[in-house]
Amino acid sequence: MAEAEESPGDPGTASPRPLMRDLKAVGKKFMHVLYPRKSNTLLRDWDLWGPLILCVTLALMLQRDSVDSEKDGGPQFAEVFVIVWFGAVTITLNSKLLGGNISFFQSLCVLGYCILPLTVAMLICRLVLLADPGPVNFMVRLFVVIVMFAWSIVASTAFLADSQPPNRRALAVYPVFLFYFVISWMILTFTPQ
Amino acid sequence: MASADELTFHEFEEATNLLAETPDAATTSRSDQLTPQGHVAVAVGSGGSYGAEDEVEEESDKAALLQEKQQQQPGFWTFSYYQSFFDVDTSQVLNRIKGSLLPRPGHNFVRHHLRNRPDLYGPFWICATLAFVLAVTGNLTLVLAQRRDPSIHYSPQFHKVTVAGISIYCYAWLVPLALWGFLRWRKGVRERMGPYTFLETVCVYGYSLFVFIPMVVLWLIPVPWLQWLFGALALGLSATGLVFTLWPVVREDTRLVAMVLLSAVVLLHALLAVGCKLYFFQSLPLEKVAPPPQITSLPSNIPLPPTLPQSMAPS
Repeated sequence: MAEAEESPGDPGTASPRPLMRDLKAVGKKFMHVLYPRKSNTLLRDWDLWGPLILCVTLALMLQRDSVDSEKDGGPQFAEVFVIVWFGAVTITLNSKLLGGNISFFQSLCVLGYCILPLTVAMLICRLVLLADPGPVNFMVRLFVVIVMFAWSIVASTAFLADSQPPNRRALAVYPVFLFYFVISWMILTFTPQ
Repeated sequence: MASADELTFHEFEEATNLLAETPDAATTSRSDQLTPQGHVAVAVGSGGSYGAEDEVEEESDKAALLQEKQQQQPGFWTFSYYQSFFDVDTSQVLNRIKGSLLPRPGHNFVRHHLRNRPDLYGPFWICATLAFVLAVTGNLTLVLAQRRDPSIHYSPQFHKVTVAGISIYCYAWLVPLALWGFLRWRKGVRERMGPYTFLETVCVYGYSLFVFIPMVVLWLIPVPWLQWLFGALALGLSATGLVFTLWPVVREDTRLVAMVLLSAVVLLHALLAVGCKLYFFQSLPLEKVAPPPQITSLPSNIPLPPTLPQSMAPS
């Protein structure tokens, strides 16, 4: 992460600038994920702030109340965190072991940013759950999660597929599919208490 | 013996040529072609069912030495050492999966499909898929049961993911370790067939678990006898593949040891399948009881009055 040089003469003006610039960079990458095109922005200027923000948001929204029994509830905050980060690291290692020419942090960056559609799905699901329960409620949530799941897959393969030779592309993409499927499942089965 | 020496010499050249090509050549869908070249050059030990065992063994010993020299170069601390275990193409992985689904008596999985190039991609991701599919379908069963009987308390049961993951991975790594250790210990009894390497054993077990994935998905159908039928079919396929692969190795051992080993392998496999069924797809007793702390599902032969449609959120 590049940080601006702070001139020792005026410390007061230095702090807001790097934050705004970083936020703008993160926002720009969000737009690239939402409208996936063949562009190198995510790969060239990788950063892990976006994935961290998304992961924390998702984990906060998914965690169960402490009132619920320990064994039978949804995932804890730490469990979501572990799944997302260990999953991303495993997929990256897998991709590199298969001979892909993408760097470790670039791959983590792409996988983390492509959780954005699923985080949006989580927000929508929480809003929908405020309405009356019923099969329509469930169908709406299912539809939203499926659409966002497909969006995540398309976005991440747009960035990751080129890094593998064509005879191994499916081997590298399948774990990504599994990863987003598990996250989608956690979102879909979320029940507020 | 002169003619055998000549044959040995010529085929050794072929073996080195094939070995030189092996890093680039894809061992793809030619599993039905029993060309002597493809079989002889890379195999370690004899494929007993093909005959000509003495010549096969001599060339394969020399071929194995050459292969070992080539494989010793990257140390285990380097990344390229582990990269050699992921040196597979999509078509190869699919071919190996197909080979594990359709075991045939003459076709040893290790010799025929792995061809001494075991990979870790298949076992690792098949185990991961199986663990997640188990957790997801177990949860789905509960959802479907709750739709029939709203008194069942639904919860996402996320801890089952960790249980599934740990148990599947332990099975797929510790059992091959024990098997490999046991086969090496008994190595002195066998003259002809060398034991499989540890990775080949892991590979065999990993690919044999693939058939459990569709079995678990089919277990969503809430008809108990159908579930047991699918379970028996999948277990039969999987265990048959394992037995056919292990048979050439153990048949030279004493009969008792061979029988004990094979039945232990099949028994462990059966235990895994039954354990998955009982833990992830529990069935309620026929009387409706107050929901216990353990979440259970309802068999479909209880006639229930249709209830108001419920979403997954408890009202």
